[in-house]
Amino acid sequence: MITLTRVYKAYPKGVFALRDVSLHVAKGEFVFLTGHSGAGKSTVLRMVYVGDLPTEGEVRVAGRATHAFRPRDIPKLRRRLGIVFQDFRLLEDRTAEENVAFALEVTGVRRDTVGPKVARVLAQVGLAAKARAFPHELSGGEQQRVAIARALVNDPFVLLADEPTGNLDERATRGVFQLLREINANGTAVVMATHDLDLVREANYRTIELEAGAVVFDSGVDDADVAGAPA
Amino acid sequence: MRLAVREALRSFRRAPVLSVLSITTIAFALFVVGLVVLVGLNVQAALSEVGERVEVVVYLRRGTPLEAATIAMEDILAFPEVADVGYVSEDEALRKAREELREFQDVFDDLTQNPLPASLEVQMRPGFRDARHVEDVAERLRGIRFAEDVRFGRDWIAKLDRLRSIAAAVSLLISAAFAAASVIIIGTTVRLTVLQRTREIAIMRLVGATSGFVRFPFLLDGAFKGALGGVLAIGLSYAAFAVVNRLVLQGRFFTPAETLGFVAAGTLLGLLASAVSVGRHLREI
Ligand SMILES: Nc1ncnc2c1ncn2[C@@H]1O[C@H](COP(=O)(O)OP(=O)(O)OP(=O)(O)O)[C@@H](O)[C@H]1O
Ligand SMILES: [Mg+2]
Repeated sequence: MITLTRVYKAYPKGVFALRDVSLHVAKGEFVFLTGHSGAGKSTVLRMVYVGDLPTEGEVRVAGRATHAFRPRDIPKLRRRLGIVFQDFRLLEDRTAEENVAFALEVTGVRRDTVGPKVARVLAQVGLAAKARAFPHELSGGEQQRVAIARALVNDPFVLLADEPTGNLDERATRGVFQLLREINANGTAVVMATHDLDLVREANYRTIELEAGAVVFDSGVDDADVAGAPA
Repeated sequence: MRLAVREALRSFRRAPVLSVLSITTIAFALFVVGLVVLVGLNVQAALSEVGERVEVVVYLRRGTPLEAATIAMEDILAFPEVADVGYVSEDEALRKAREELREFQDVFDDLTQNPLPASLEVQMRPGFRDARHVEDVAERLRGIRFAEDVRFGRDWIAKLDRLRSIAAAVSLLISAAFAAASVIIIGTTVRLTVLQRTREIAIMRLVGATSGFVRFPFLLDGAFKGALGGVLAIGLSYAAFAVVNRLVLQGRFFTPAETLGFVAAGTLLGLLASAVSVGRHLREI
């Protein structure tokens, strides 16, 4: 479903954000991406939603190599992905339900199907009561729930979450993480980049650790397969 | 479509000052275009009115029989450049002269014999009232058997020609300059809006909006500003026209079709300007 094969990503000035990264995420899997700041977690996710192309190697998403995408293939793919960030990225002048509806509207769905779908996902993230609230009227945890609802509304096959709890306190972190687990339990794959080792330990999901752009640990494959893995 | 209209309105609501400011600026730029075009149109109208008086007169030899004159007239009418030919008899010529030259009443009274010749007055068709065609026709008229002399206002027609092309060139230049100014204004304001909304555009992209979808509200925004600017410019032009018309001279305003064309041109300029600046800036985001 998502496969990176010997991916390198170089930025100008000679920085290598990724070095020889190979990994595979299967349907319905929950994967943690961990590693220090600057290790390349966000870059891996960016490769998947085609925010950028690999310098070398191949990234395949939903059966197709991203470097072979035509410009119009990128929005098509993103409608089948859910993406969530640490800073929520909500449109400030729209209510919670408008933010969620927007992700549906860009796909050109029929207008009468928008309302029920939005209501359903807002209920799913536990925000039915705050549908009419603007982002600045919501707590960080609530805003992240809106962002997750927006990510879910197109029934994605995978949810990419880049430190979704990075800006949240202990309690809100628990709540959002619980929500992601439920979403995963319903069959959606989740790839979550995080610093929060408590969450990683608690959940016993597959964990991929990056260091300086290379995979140094992957609990989902035999250690021998990972170059430079600690003994 | 409905969604795009809503998005465009949103952008207006978000930056009302910028929007009003840019629409006003566009309106004034287009107002200048409108004025110049209007002046141009009126000058052309005045010139063509003058042009209607472009005629070639063939003075006939004394004693030319009327039948011969009639046959000559038929020949002349067959010229493609000629609109009409009129016969002025010797008596008529005298009567006209008496009417037009009252100061010389005494001179006419002293006459024992009519000194004026009969003539053929040849009117040129519109489009042939320039020096080259008139000269050409005059040359052929000289070949008529009973023609004594052929006259036309040579210098005057040449001057008319020059005036016409100067008026056209000047109004074209000035309106092109101000139309370019409108394009730049619209392009800049659209660019400002794009920059102001970088974050929003990035979010749209992230949830899978196509470039076309992101671009469309901006195009609509530009077209709308151009159209509104055009309408305001027409209003301003009309006000200016009304004042001038009352105080100075009678002229003509745009016909409804021309008004429509003007607003359509404003809309098109807006569309063009935003297409260019959005195209470039969306690629950079
Ligand atoms: N646009 C860019 N231009 C240049 N270098 C970049 C760019 N984006 C990322 N990098 C570099 O790539 C490396 C990996 O960055 P990345 O954002 O993937 O790290 P991360 O693991 O997500 O870190 P964090 O935990 O702080 O979010 C870093 O060294 C970073 O400086
Ligand atoms: Mg990161």
